[in-house]
Amino acid sequence: MAGSVPMNTAKASVSRNQTTRSTGAVKWILIGTALLVLLWLIVLPLAVVITEALKKGWGVYVEAIRDPDALSALRLTLLVALITVPLNTIFGVAAAWAITKFRFRGKQLLVTLIDLPFAVSPVIGGLIYVLVYGAHGWFGPWLQAHDIKIIFALPGIILATMFVTFPFVARELIPLMEDQGQQEEEAAVTLGARGFRVFWKVTLPNIKWGLLYGIILCNARAMGEFGAVSVVSGHIRGETNTLPLHVEILYNEYQFSASFAVASLLLLLALVTLLLKGWFTRKSSH
Amino acid sequence: MMQTGVSKRGVLPGFGLTMGYSVVYLSLVVLIPLSALLLNSTGLTWEKFWSVATDPRVLASYKVSFMTAAAAGLIDTLLGLLLAWVLVRYDFPGKRWFDAIIDLPFALPTAVAGVSLTAIYSQNGWIGSWFEPLGIRLAFSPIGITLALMFIGIPFVVRTVQPVLQDLDAEVEEAAATLGASRFRTFWRVVFPELLPPLLTGFALAFSRGIGEYGSVVFISGNMPMKTEIAPLLIMSKLEQFDYAGATAVAIILLTISFVLLLLINSLQRWVRKTAR
Repeated sequence: MAGSVPMNTAKASVSRNQTTRSTGAVKWILIGTALLVLLWLIVLPLAVVITEALKKGWGVYVEAIRDPDALSALRLTLLVALITVPLNTIFGVAAAWAITKFRFRGKQLLVTLIDLPFAVSPVIGGLIYVLVYGAHGWFGPWLQAHDIKIIFALPGIILATMFVTFPFVARELIPLMEDQGQQEEEAAVTLGARGFRVFWKVTLPNIKWGLLYGIILCNARAMGEFGAVSVVSGHIRGETNTLPLHVEILYNEYQFSASFAVASLLLLLALVTLLLKGWFTRKSSH
Repeated sequence: MMQTGVSKRGVLPGFGLTMGYSVVYLSLVVLIPLSALLLNSTGLTWEKFWSVATDPRVLASYKVSFMTAAAAGLIDTLLGLLLAWVLVRYDFPGKRWFDAIIDLPFALPTAVAGVSLTAIYSQNGWIGSWFEPLGIRLAFSPIGITLALMFIGIPFVVRTVQPVLQDLDAEVEEAAATLGASRFRTFWRVVFPELLPPLLTGFALAFSRGIGEYGSVVFISGNMPMKTEIAPLLIMSKLEQFDYAGATAVAIILLTISFVLLLLINSLQRWVRKTAR
């Protein structure tokens, strides 16, 4: 359930009265320990990706990234994100609208069901599509008869990615739109605005930054998903290999520098995601 | 539908459309595929299910998954409390970067985390090489799996505890301090009870993620049956051997555990909201 923490949680710290502040020594010991924990747990893995990628010099690094298989993996990863992220965004907006602007029975159940993919192991997220569309699955014989390939092909990768990134946008928007209520929209309707215009002119400006935040988290996971995609991809080099799978292949072939070079691209994606995330959070809190 | 919708549900438009679309999309992407697992599409019989579920190798994989996820969740709860505390209570240079980088495990693809952590903790890695002379293997042992799950789980704890700590009423602490309670006593008797619900939630979130985690673990675990083989990997290897019924059986148990955890987390989160207000 990555990223299931709403964005309004990360606010600036509240300044405290002197009586609740620790004395100097305790304060700096705690800060120092926390910094060490952070360096060890999070910064070190980040640094290792970069040093391992450049271990054998720029030549090997550039070659690993310009390798045709790496480039085709990059293209596939971008394509998958380009298809899955908009689909899940449309769903997230629609679901958040229905859930936050109306009252109906079973709302809590619907919210829980939307969260479900976060609770399910990514490997299971891939397995279920094999059971539905695979050669031995529900539609397997029919698909085979019509020569349609879903598992071990692009559609399977897209479906599995859609599953694991399913809740991101909805999860972000539901608490946000709940807090904003529906008075503004009701006023717009009363003044004669209709249907989609209400959303476009009234709701969207209010949820813009939260929506973007959900989209970049969804995108980061879509580009980086490993377990679910690994089950349905078939690992065909140059065809059904995404960037994370390419990292694995190179690693298992003991081409460590090349593997880390490709991994550094994904690290870059993560860092850009964090930067944008911070930016959107600051924008939305203004 | 739209007509009655308008009169019963207020003036806002689009209930039928958005609700209908959401339910159809949810069914197509999540519910119907998940039901394939439960509706016995692989011809899984009770006998087969039972023999897979009680197979020593399968049981061992659940044990590995449970123990490592629990250990990682516990350590993350302690470290996460420390990180959240320092972030909320103190000001220091570089704090904004400190705060931002905690989300890295959310944003970093798990395969990248996997290869990187393996490089750190293997025999000739940055940290692994210190422990090798002591005869302690970090990578390719349950310790390695725990370390990977700690990386994955830490933001869950920090981001759950942080907002509660921020909203905590300073007056109560001040009152306790004014009445002569020591700092430790104030923390233990006043602050800690308030933090218990978010700490439990953070633990449950990290634990639940750890049980299902695959990408960051496969590289560092070494994947030795009975020793360092996790349950999701067992599903994967059964699939590779075209043992769909076996994979389904292992997945059903794992899924049931995840459902129970999800319900537990939902009620914990309601508890957090109640105590926070």
